Amino acid sequence: MLEIRAATVAFGSKRANTLKLALRKVSLALPVEPSITAIVGESGSGKTTLTRLMLGLQAPTEGSVSYDGQDLTQLDRTAFARYRREVQAVFQDPYSVYNPFYKVDRSLLLPLQRFGLTKTRDEAYARIHQCLEAVGLRPGDTLGRYPHQLSGGQRQRIMIARALSLRPRVIVADEPVSMVDASLRATILESLYRLKTEQNVSLLYVTHDLTTAYQIADRIIVMFNGQIVEEGEPESVIHAPQHAYTRSLVSAVPPPDPTLDWGLEVEELPA
Amino acid sequence: MSQPILEVENLHVEFPTAAGPARAVDGVSFTLDKGMRLGLVGESGSGKSTTVLALMQLIKAPGRISAGTAQLAGDDLLAMTPAQIRKTRFSRIALVPQGAMNSLNPVLTVRAQIDDLLDAHGQKPDARERAAHVASLLQRVGLTATVADQFAHQLSGGMKQRVCIAIAIALSPQLIIADEPTSALDVIVQKQVMQTLIHAQKEIGAAIILVGHDMGLMAQFAHVVGVMYAGRLVEIAPVKEIFANPRHPYTRMLISSLPSFATRKVFRGIPGVAPSIVNPPSGCAFHPRCPRAEALCAREVPIDDLVAAGHQVRCHFARELAPAANLGAALA
Repeated sequence: MLEIRAATVAFGSKRANTLKLALRKVSLALPVEPSITAIVGESGSGKTTLTRLMLGLQAPTEGSVSYDGQDLTQLDRTAFARYRREVQAVFQDPYSVYNPFYKVDRSLLLPLQRFGLTKTRDEAYARIHQCLEAVGLRPGDTLGRYPHQLSGGQRQRIMIARALSLRPRVIVADEPVSMVDASLRATILESLYRLKTEQNVSLLYVTHDLTTAYQIADRIIVMFNGQIVEEGEPESVIHAPQHAYTRSLVSAVPPPDPTLDWGLEVEELPA
Repeated sequence: MSQPILEVENLHVEFPTAAGPARAVDGVSFTLDKGMRLGLVGESGSGKSTTVLALMQLIKAPGRISAGTAQLAGDDLLAMTPAQIRKTRFSRIALVPQGAMNSLNPVLTVRAQIDDLLDAHGQKPDARERAAHVASLLQRVGLTATVADQFAHQLSGGMKQRVCIAIAIALSPQLIIADEPTSALDVIVQKQVMQTLIHAQKEIGAAIILVGHDMGLMAQFAHVVGVMYAGRLVEIAPVKEIFANPRHPYTRMLISSLPSFATRKVFRGIPGVAPSIVNPPSGCAFHPRCPRAEALCAREVPIDDLVAAGHQVRCHFARELAPAANLGAALA
């Protein structure tokens, strides 16, 4: 459905000797049937650049991005609008995505109106209510409020509800839980997981948290230095990692069991 | 590991609001033995950061410490005059702040910032001795001495946090407070920073309070874990004890909702929303979200119950040995 072919993204210039390759010949295709694909890797590994390609926010220097077999740059007006509606984004920071001067209702109403999905205000609110409930929010406690009156977890779930209200096929979520409290992470990931099983929405879940990727993903893709170094089913990637970088990522996760020794007390410090 | 270095007794911190005082810390008591590592966990707004900031008298007005004592090796930190607490900060109780990214001064070199601290405390006035001290501090946190002449923007996030650890140990304090020191760092770097912190702590023999919300990290880092909820310390126990026999329903849910590599399951968060501290639920503040709650819980605030050596719980049913499986089922 959504596919990246041999994409390279370069920043800077060769002449000024500042060339930096954020992605090197990366190919990735999301399956047509609803699925959760997790992309893991450290800061600077190219995860976010990859999502920017998927969302059409960035053009590859080389290679191509296509939706339903058509190159994004070749889409006509209607096809592009359909792509814009069907591929939705949830960003990392639930504090900066809202305009603080407007009630959250506006963020939910505008896209429905712009895409012409609802004819009346009542119809729009009916759908908004449905979507808020789908992510575990009570519409009465959420609507009519300003962003600062809501917690980070609530705001992030409103963004998921906003994406959901447009009946998307794919949600691209770049670190959706890294800025919310650990006790709320499970709740938000549960909402995302249920979108796949109950609403047939695919998810591209970008994270540096391997444990949550292991919990919800059907496929894990490990990125390092702008390349995909390993991909596969969660069981094999986590329990039998092939690449040295994947092994170091797995061992960087503290086991939540005090009887296991993770090696925090060392004689010599790592450089 | 016998004598306490820190004894906190009945600590209260309040912030006035239009709707009445918000009790951010509501009667917290605990002791910490010399050289031990305490992990303080809880959700945002549970009062964990406020508790440790109060120990250094860093509560900003209009917030105030309304009651309590905190004895650091016999001296009450909360009763100190501004001049006394200034002398005590960093020399006896040091802070490794949350955002390593933003806590270093961007226009001063690392050396200038360590110098600033040493000057304020009148330490190492001799230039040669001081330079040697700065170099040794940086080496003790796994950095090269050349980092001293660099600026914050020239360092990676992990290096900046190591510089903050070097500053914290510069005057060999008895207690180090680390407020979510790795929340902004990558997972691989997080482990290295925690190794550095433990290494430095053992060298100077300090105790540590680590504030955070990652129970997995606490399992590995802490000797003792304290769980906070709505300004109260609801459970505190040695780390192995709290993971093996959590008594408070909130602690049980925190532990059972931890994602791990052990089994793949649809995990669930703790249902309900965090309580308001201005107008908290009556009785036990957790009762609206608690699967074990009875009428009693809405009426009476549970008192601290010592259920085993060093294991205190604030729950009416702390002595019930409800198997964790029941609560797991309640979650599912």
